[in-house]
Amino acid sequence: MAAPIVELCDVNKWFGAFHVLKDITLEVAKGEKVVVCGPSGSGKSTMIRCINRLEEHQSGRIVVDGVELADDIKAIDAVRRRVGMVFQSFNLFPHLTVLENLTLAPVRVAGMAPRDAEATAMALLERVRIPEQAGKFPGQLSGGQQQRVAIARALCLKPAVMLFDEPTSALDPEMVGEVLDVMSGLAAEGMTMICVTHEMGFARAVADTMVFMDEGRIVEIAPPARFFDHPANERTKRFLGKIIGH
Amino acid sequence: MKPSFRHRPLDWGRANLFSSPANSLLTVLALALLWQLAPPLVGWGVLRASWGAGDPETCRQAGGACWTLLTEKHRLMLFGVYPYEQHWRPLLAMALFVALLATSANRRFWRPWLAALWLLTVLGIGILMWGGVLGLVPVETAQWGGLPLTLVIAVLAIAMAFPFSILLALGRRSDLPAIKALSVGYIELVRGVPLVSVLFMASVMFPLFLPEGVTIDKALRALVGMTLFTAAYLAEAVRGGLQAIPRGQFEAADVLGLSYWQAMRLIILPQALRLVIPPIVNQFITCFKDTSLVTIVGLYDLLAATKAALNDPGWRPFFVEGYLAAALVYFCFCFFMSRYSQWLERELNRDRR
Repeated sequence: MAAPIVELCDVNKWFGAFHVLKDITLEVAKGEKVVVCGPSGSGKSTMIRCINRLEEHQSGRIVVDGVELADDIKAIDAVRRRVGMVFQSFNLFPHLTVLENLTLAPVRVAGMAPRDAEATAMALLERVRIPEQAGKFPGQLSGGQQQRVAIARALCLKPAVMLFDEPTSALDPEMVGEVLDVMSGLAAEGMTMICVTHEMGFARAVADTMVFMDEGRIVEIAPPARFFDHPANERTKRFLGKIIGH
Repeated sequence: MKPSFRHRPLDWGRANLFSSPANSLLTVLALALLWQLAPPLVGWGVLRASWGAGDPETCRQAGGACWTLLTEKHRLMLFGVYPYEQHWRPLLAMALFVALLATSANRRFWRPWLAALWLLTVLGIGILMWGGVLGLVPVETAQWGGLPLTLVIAVLAIAMAFPFSILLALGRRSDLPAIKALSVGYIELVRGVPLVSVLFMASVMFPLFLPEGVTIDKALRALVGMTLFTAAYLAEAVRGGLQAIPRGQFEAADVLGLSYWQAMRLIILPQALRLVIPPIVNQFITCFKDTSLVTIVGLYDLLAATKAALNDPGWRPFFVEGYLAAALVYFCFCFFMSRYSQWLERELNRDRR
């Protein structure tokens, strides 16, 4: 197997006295799709937020595409340029149009010519199937449309890895499908993805690897077939029983 | 849908004046009050008033408002003790100011060159007022007065305090302890003392620390005092806006790789500032009116110049007319600021429909 593109090694993190991440070790290969699940408060979001330094870890190593995350600002910038992120609450910039949301970073950070950035942005909006909304403001779109714009925005800088932090949890049920479709399309094109999600149907169809977390630890790592049908750990079984069983 | 009352005044009256017993009672009371107040006011202000050129004696005989005062004294009220035959210079300076403000009010002109235009115009105004070059007679700032002085101090204090206040507000939220402590210390210290004492410090104490022979212009010192004072209050208004921006906006800017200053300039401040337009404009209006306090350090702003005009013993009884006129000038500027801010809010919030 090739060298991992994302590597976490014995990562620990505390919020004050609260130990949120305990000895997290995880390797993600290029093109691999990892779905992270677990009960709320288990540290899933905190873990993927450490990968682009939205949260700081206190011990252990995190290496992304050959760059180790440390206090060095250059390293943080380098990692962020390689990693795209989609948030639960979209976090689009409400005072900018959809197109401006997409072209902001390519023009201001990557120094792309505005015309090229717009062409790239329009191509990405085609891909998430909402090119006709380019001139609107985020507040004028539905939740599903906003999340698709957010995915397109994260793709604008051509990231090597995409992080999804519960991308469908804030959506009305009828809009979940359109966002998962876009994510499945992205997976089919070979993007490396790490998704925190409770959408087990999506996980079974798309994931190469399932990660189950509980109380700050990675409890089980397994391919989806084994994970869903023959989970090794008791806690995994109980969790799956609760979210799939009813 | 709102029904149209345009052709039916009776319906309009019923809906707006007599919609309930309490409203009807208020309408009747208001009408009674008007009935009592309007005739004497009109009699004093219009029917028995004296207009045009004249002297205090004609006013006293007419027994009404003495608008003659304004005809006779308006140059002193507007321009203070600025040399009489040079009054065209402050007049032109005010026109330049108004043109500059009108240009700045238009959103389409919010471009980098606007800052250059400000510098050039302020420089032009300075040359006009000071003179000493281009064949203009030099005029010291001690002789400046009236509305031009009020405008110079108010507009420049606001224009300089605003960017400074943004830095202070960002500093107060900074993760760097030294910067945060400096900002907090500055804001709390300045907010803890009255404007009058800041102006006194600027004009009386500050020169004591300067080496012998070095003097800094009195108007400039007052301007700096006003700026520093206004910035501390504005900073807290701006900070209120910054606090209202969800953390997700900062995080989204971070993960896109924007630098701190890019994130602030492009993402955070445009959203934060539009939220706090009302308190910011509040502070602008306060600053404009507070310029009348520079009189305590011996500068003749609009109000002080009006007072000086009323020092003439013959005109002294007609101080009401003089102060009414000054109040009207203040009101015009403040009302314009208030209306402009309402328009700007609507204009900027178009994405929230």
